[in-house]
Amino acid sequence: MDTVSNAVHYVFLAAAVCFVLGLHLMNHPRTARRGNAISASGMAVAIAATVWLVAHEGTITTTGWLVLVSGGLVGAALGLYAAREVKMTAMPQLVSLFNAVGGGAAALIAVNDLLQADDPAALGARVSLPGALDIVIGAVTFSGSLIAAGKLQGVVSGAPVVFPGARLLNVALPLSFVAGTVWLVLSPDSLTALYGLVAVALLFGVTMVLPIGGADMPVVIALLNAFTGSAVAMAGFVLDETALIIAGMLVSSSGGILTKLMADAMNRSIANVVVGGFGTGDSAPAATGGAPAQVRSVSADDVAVQLAYASRVVFVPGYGLAAAQAQHELGDLAQLLTDHGVEVSYAIHPVAGRMPGHMNVLLAEANVPYPQLKEMDEVNPEFPQADVALVIGANDVTNPIARKPGNAISGMPILDVDKAKSVVVIKRSMGHGYAGIDNELYTNPKTGMFFTDAKKGLSELKAAVGEFVG
Amino acid sequence: MNNLDLLTAITVFVLSVLVGVEVISKVPATLHTPLMSGSNSVHGIVVIGAMLIAAESHTLLGYVLAFVAMVFGAMNVVGGYVVTDRMLEMFKAKPRSDEKAEV
Repeated sequence: MDTVSNAVHYVFLAAAVCFVLGLHLMNHPRTARRGNAISASGMAVAIAATVWLVAHEGTITTTGWLVLVSGGLVGAALGLYAAREVKMTAMPQLVSLFNAVGGGAAALIAVNDLLQADDPAALGARVSLPGALDIVIGAVTFSGSLIAAGKLQGVVSGAPVVFPGARLLNVALPLSFVAGTVWLVLSPDSLTALYGLVAVALLFGVTMVLPIGGADMPVVIALLNAFTGSAVAMAGFVLDETALIIAGMLVSSSGGILTKLMADAMNRSIANVVVGGFGTGDSAPAATGGAPAQVRSVSADDVAVQLAYASRVVFVPGYGLAAAQAQHELGDLAQLLTDHGVEVSYAIHPVAGRMPGHMNVLLAEANVPYPQLKEMDEVNPEFPQADVALVIGANDVTNPIARKPGNAISGMPILDVDKAKSVVVIKRSMGHGYAGIDNELYTNPKTGMFFTDAKKGLSELKAAVGEFVG
Repeated sequence: MNNLDLLTAITVFVLSVLVGVEVISKVPATLHTPLMSGSNSVHGIVVIGAMLIAAESHTLLGYVLAFVAMVFGAMNVVGGYVVTDRMLEMFKAKPRSDEKAEV
């Protein structure tokens, strides 16, 4: 290793330190932004050092430079545009898209490395095995993330798409990965093995994500994030670059941890989410039998009185709030109540929204101070002291039936909304949540149902409360 | 290219997983989306790999693959960091006063 190459690798080490520090500072909202800046500067320096390394080694052709610079500029412009324009409700799609491009780039690196090798047949398993793994994981992530983004965006049906033989295919395809990987390791110069592996992996990404229902997206995105990290680490093995291994595995562990947290919050195993089942719509909603239970319907004025005379109010926002883009109306209503001396807080279930922590971002966008955002374990003991719990577009995560055995959501950790002194639910209809079961909370005598769209309902409430306190 | 021996590479691999788990398990749920988006930008390091393959390419197919990899990688890095910053900017303790909130 010559001096320049040595120096560049010290720079990579410094960049790796920046990534770890950056992620570490993410553990508090006050330091998180600085953490991101540190991580970004590490990245910038690493990229600059790579330019130096490439120029110094001198093997790059003029066309190579052209490719490098133009590709970089086009990508940077696209990334910048997407990042500036995206709505906060669309964050999950964007993260999914970045997973796709990251995984795709990692897979292309392995493909190109195998194609450009001087003597591909002589490549040992040291390169071809991580290369094959990189291709498999990267290509699965690429097509899987695109489908996930499509589902979130509504381009691809959010409902689980199940076709005959899909399950069989999802068993057969991984088996062909093993076969393809072995083939490629044994004969790294076989183009059939290389392209075959790419094709099978791309197909599997599609068939893996299509049958997964919209409600399971937080798990899927976290899982694909972990996959991307692993693919990048494998690219690091192929290229002999520790920087890629370190960064890739940091991402992979974060994705892994979030996947587990999300799956736990739904009381399901990761395998169960991927294989499908609950929330996928392929099990018929449990027949409830008997006459429809009585619910108490309330008006905006009724609710406004309750809120204005309460001393503690807990808001329980769910995906319905995000879907209606009503986070600003909720933020305004909360501010009005706070100014009036009411103590407000927000109870956030871990899977509220479409990706881990999504609801917090939406509320932050509506200027809700983060100390008011409370996690499930923190807020549950506070429900008995709450005068009013206002549920907006959340369903299954508030259903007390989860505490009883023998139903689709048994054992799922829920928000103890039913323990509040009174409950108001803003909901468009008596429709079911993803689990397809009745919510006992709605028929509880202390619950009032305010049937309306979240955005419209919250505006009406704000106006009505305004008249009382104004 | 420097030849990294397998044992060193695997050591780095394993230690990175442990560091990642240690650092990330402390992040509160409030910040899970920015964390995910931030770690998303970290895997944009793949752009370095794309630059290295662009340097080695000498066929049309090689150039095309390297170009696509560059576009993907650069999009990942730039977009990831910018959107994470945009999100984190919104996390404030007290939006309507300048006092420092909580200790």
